[in-house]
Amino acid sequence: MRSILYLLIGVFFGIVLFKSEAASWFRIYEMFQFKSFHMFGIIGSAVGLGIIITQLIKKSNVKSVFGEEIKIQPKELGVRRYLIGGILFGLGWALAGACPGPMYALLGAGYFPIIIVLTSAIFGTYIYGVIKDKLPH
Amino acid sequence: MDWLFKPWQWYISGPLIALTLFLLLIIGKRFGMSSNLRTLCSIGGAGKNVSFFNFDWKSQRWNLIIAFGVIIGGFIASNFLTETSVVNLNPDVVMDLRNLGFESAGKTYMPTELFSNSVFGSFKGILILVIGGFLIGFGARYAGGCTSGHAISGLSNLQVPSLIAVIGFFIGGLVMVHFLFPLIF
Repeated sequence: MRSILYLLIGVFFGIVLFKSEAASWFRIYEMFQFKSFHMFGIIGSAVGLGIIITQLIKKSNVKSVFGEEIKIQPKELGVRRYLIGGILFGLGWALAGACPGPMYALLGAGYFPIIIVLTSAIFGTYIYGVIKDKLPH
Repeated sequence: MDWLFKPWQWYISGPLIALTLFLLLIIGKRFGMSSNLRTLCSIGGAGKNVSFFNFDWKSQRWNLIIAFGVIIGGFIASNFLTETSVVNLNPDVVMDLRNLGFESAGKTYMPTELFSNSVFGSFKGILILVIGGFLIGFGARYAGGCTSGHAISGLSNLQVPSLIAVIGFFIGGLVMVHFLFPLIF
């Protein structure tokens, strides 16, 4: 039963990613050129509303629909891993023009070369896991 | 109903992404798509040799189902909810991209130079996608999240680490587009 709920949320999110053009390589390029408000509007309005939603949920102590406590674990403090990891991610995001959500939407939309990006992203994640203890965090 | 088949404006799309965040929170889950890449490594058996992947991946099954849903969502959106998938770019950007060799700019949803099936026969095309994908996977796990985990859900939780990560995303993206693209394309 819960699986169907997860699937429906995913389908909804996939439709939004494709229809918003947030999954378009061109839109990512345009964003990094600061030549359109589109992507900034999407991220800005999502975060603006997201802040209100998240803070209201935290303050009101509401339970999840399944009656469990809603836990929002903050990330560990630090700078290096977020900055260096973030820069590497940003380089890849601009080059391949897709982040980990839109990749799946593009696969469904039939842009099959995204399989190369997805496979390589899995490999990149694996290599991170292998050398993680040698990296500054 | 006409709007449904046209590209969705930012003031529709952004709030719908916030709604996705809300739906995940009230079912007790967190928004984060790149975690699935780690889960897929674990399913592939990476946990035998690398402790980072040695966790109960079944606890992350829900997120894989979401990712599977996103694939279906992309299929539905492109096949049944789209009249024309041309992205209406700023004309300056179209000019820029044509100068870089992207003839498809302003005519398609994705650049055919990188995302049509002919790329499978292009060494340079494959190399670009491999490097891009590697950086996405490596960088997302190093930073502990991607656009959904840091930019949307992390910033919504007013987390300083997420702000640092998002600044990093933009430094990387700006360097790529402004300094490296002229060398690559």
